[in-house]
Amino acid sequence: MVPLAYYLALSAILFCLGVAGFIFKQDIITVFISIELMLNGVNLAFVAFSHTLRQIDGNIFVFFVMVVAAAEAAVGLAIIIAVVRNRNTLDVDQMGVLKD
Amino acid sequence: MTTNLHLWIIPGLCFLGFLLNLLGGRHWSQRTAAVVGVSFVAAAFGYALWVVSQWSSLAHPYLEVHRPWMQAGALSIPFGFQLDQLSLVMLLIVTGVGLLIHIYSVGYMSHEGGFYRFFSLLNVFMFFMLTLVLANNYLLMFIGWEGVGFASYMLIGFFFHKDSASRAGMKAFVVNRIGDFGFLIGLFFIFSRFHTFTFTELFAQVRQMPVEASWGGPLTIIALLLFVGATGKSAQIPLYVWLPDAMEGPTPVSALIHAATMVTAGVYMVCRSAAIYDRAPHALSVVLAIGALTALLAASIGLLQRDIKKVLAYSTVSQLGYMFMACGAAMYGAGVFHLMTHAFFKGLLFLGAGSVIHAMNGEQDMWAIRAGAPGGLRKYAPITFITFLIATCAISGIPFFSGFYSKDKILYDVLTSPNGSTLWWGVGTLAALMTSFYMFRALFVTFFEGPQQTKRHNRPEEHHGAHHPHESPKVMTVPLMILGVLALIGGYIGIGDRFEHFLDPIFDTGVPPLASHPIAGGEWTVSAISVSVALLGLLIAWAFYLKNPEAPEKLAESMSGLYTLIFNKYWVDELYGAVITRPLAAFSRVVLWRGVDVHVIDAAVNGVASGASGAGNGLRRQASGQIRSYASWIVLGAAAVLLYMYFGGRPLLQ
Repeated sequence: MVPLAYYLALSAILFCLGVAGFIFKQDIITVFISIELMLNGVNLAFVAFSHTLRQIDGNIFVFFVMVVAAAEAAVGLAIIIAVVRNRNTLDVDQMGVLKD
Repeated sequence: MTTNLHLWIIPGLCFLGFLLNLLGGRHWSQRTAAVVGVSFVAAAFGYALWVVSQWSSLAHPYLEVHRPWMQAGALSIPFGFQLDQLSLVMLLIVTGVGLLIHIYSVGYMSHEGGFYRFFSLLNVFMFFMLTLVLANNYLLMFIGWEGVGFASYMLIGFFFHKDSASRAGMKAFVVNRIGDFGFLIGLFFIFSRFHTFTFTELFAQVRQMPVEASWGGPLTIIALLLFVGATGKSAQIPLYVWLPDAMEGPTPVSALIHAATMVTAGVYMVCRSAAIYDRAPHALSVVLAIGALTALLAASIGLLQRDIKKVLAYSTVSQLGYMFMACGAAMYGAGVFHLMTHAFFKGLLFLGAGSVIHAMNGEQDMWAIRAGAPGGLRKYAPITFITFLIATCAISGIPFFSGFYSKDKILYDVLTSPNGSTLWWGVGTLAALMTSFYMFRALFVTFFEGPQQTKRHNRPEEHHGAHHPHESPKVMTVPLMILGVLALIGGYIGIGDRFEHFLDPIFDTGVPPLASHPIAGGEWTVSAISVSVALLGLLIAWAFYLKNPEAPEKLAESMSGLYTLIFNKYWVDELYGAVITRPLAAFSRVVLWRGVDVHVIDAAVNGVASGASGAGNGLRRQASGQIRSYASWIVLGAAAVLLYMYFGGRPLLQ
């Protein structure tokens, strides 16, 4: 069997890569991809625990996460389309209108 | 059978007069304001007379207690009035002399502005003074005490456009306040020890206490503190400095407040507290010493004053010293007797001075008055002159005038009573000599023409071709005449100690009297000395100011150092200014205002504000609008929470 620690390490790496992409990438689509990456990393951790503890709860939670990810992706992309139509750019730094 | 006297009506009438003139006076004619102002005081006087007529049917002391004013735990202070022999005497003096002065003021103030304001202030003064004398407990008396100080401040600064008058009013109030501070501490001591302020209850407790031998006994401390208040209100050393400046106020104010009534409040208070003072012989010796020294000091300053009102002011301080001398010798009745005769002759002197000033169109310097009335003012204003002469004889202690009986009694008591002493008798007699001298000096210079040589002091622009000195109108001279009669016969009530025996129940404080030291020849010897001293003063004044007018100048040149010292009033005001007032003001300005208020309090408040604003500025950078920075903050926050959960929520090592 693959030890639990390996799965968790992979999950952590995926999550951290997702965070890094979320913070450091300039392209908004890439930021969204990173968000999905973070979610998938968390999914992996849930499934790993669920398998190790021989309980179904982890898998059920993965379903929830996937549903949320899908909905969020849909809504987020809609927002991006609206914003891009206004600003004609995909650059995150150009979208700061919440400034005081 | 005790009738309900409704004593509250007496001050109440004066208060009503005050309100009416205050609110409506500006709409009325001067005549109406005068009628309102005088009639309420007249009604109060009439009611007081009715009260006197009921005297025999009353329980003594007659107490009238209304609803409680303050109640907090053990402290219960009622609005209560007390009528006994002492307050009866004070009541009659205040309302009687007050009424005469109100009538006089109708004439005196008729040409001045602020007529209705003057009468409303006089009425409010009467209200507070009557509260003071009729109160049955120390706190209600203190209300009256403070209130008359307020009225005095308003009336001294009546001509508020004049800078000197406003400053004099402030000076009076502040100096008074210093005395009141001592008075208050004394009241605190009284309450902490006896848990009551009411006279009857308090003195019943005090009677259980022995005569104290040390300076630190509770009654001695209380007595000394109360006396500090008395020195402020009654202008004794060291707090007399406000009274000469108070002459900035209109002359009827000087007559009423600073001669007949307010300044006697201190004497009244000491007499009222006789039970305490009798058991504190050290306090009595302090009272006696200060009274005697004040009498002498003020008399010496009065020798050289040129302004007629200032002479009378220092004379008042001096005579108040006599009253305190009597109290200090534990012969309170003699002090009250002198208080009464003093109200008559000093009130008359001030009203007469007002009449003179009115005749001379505002001139107050006696030599200028003499120069402005060729032939002597007495020819132009005979009634003023005669009444002034009567009052001068009274104050100097010329026999058969009222002042002779009271002053003589005081000097005799100071010499012979167990609390008195020969030294202070000597001081008092010396002061009497000075009193006689400076009063006759004032009389001669003001009313008599100088010899031909003084004509060269005439300033040509002072010759009023169209305005000759004239006698005052009847509304002013009739009160003068009434007071003149009182100054003449007012002393006869005291012959044979009748007056003092009337007051005996008040001053029977349960302290067995010690043996007095008899004097060879008894009272007649002392009287003979007093009379010869009075006549000597008269003679010297006649010699200096009528017969031989260059003598004063020659004497002044030969003793120029002493002359300068006395002429400058011993530089007491300057001393107070340099040692107390200016350092205190500088301390307030530099330390308290700049140091504490600006740098500490303002800095703290502004510091909080600038801190909040700085924090806001710092935090504002977080809301940059940059999406990536928001993202970073989210991540950091999540990391912090995770770290806390991992490290803080449970122990690290399982």
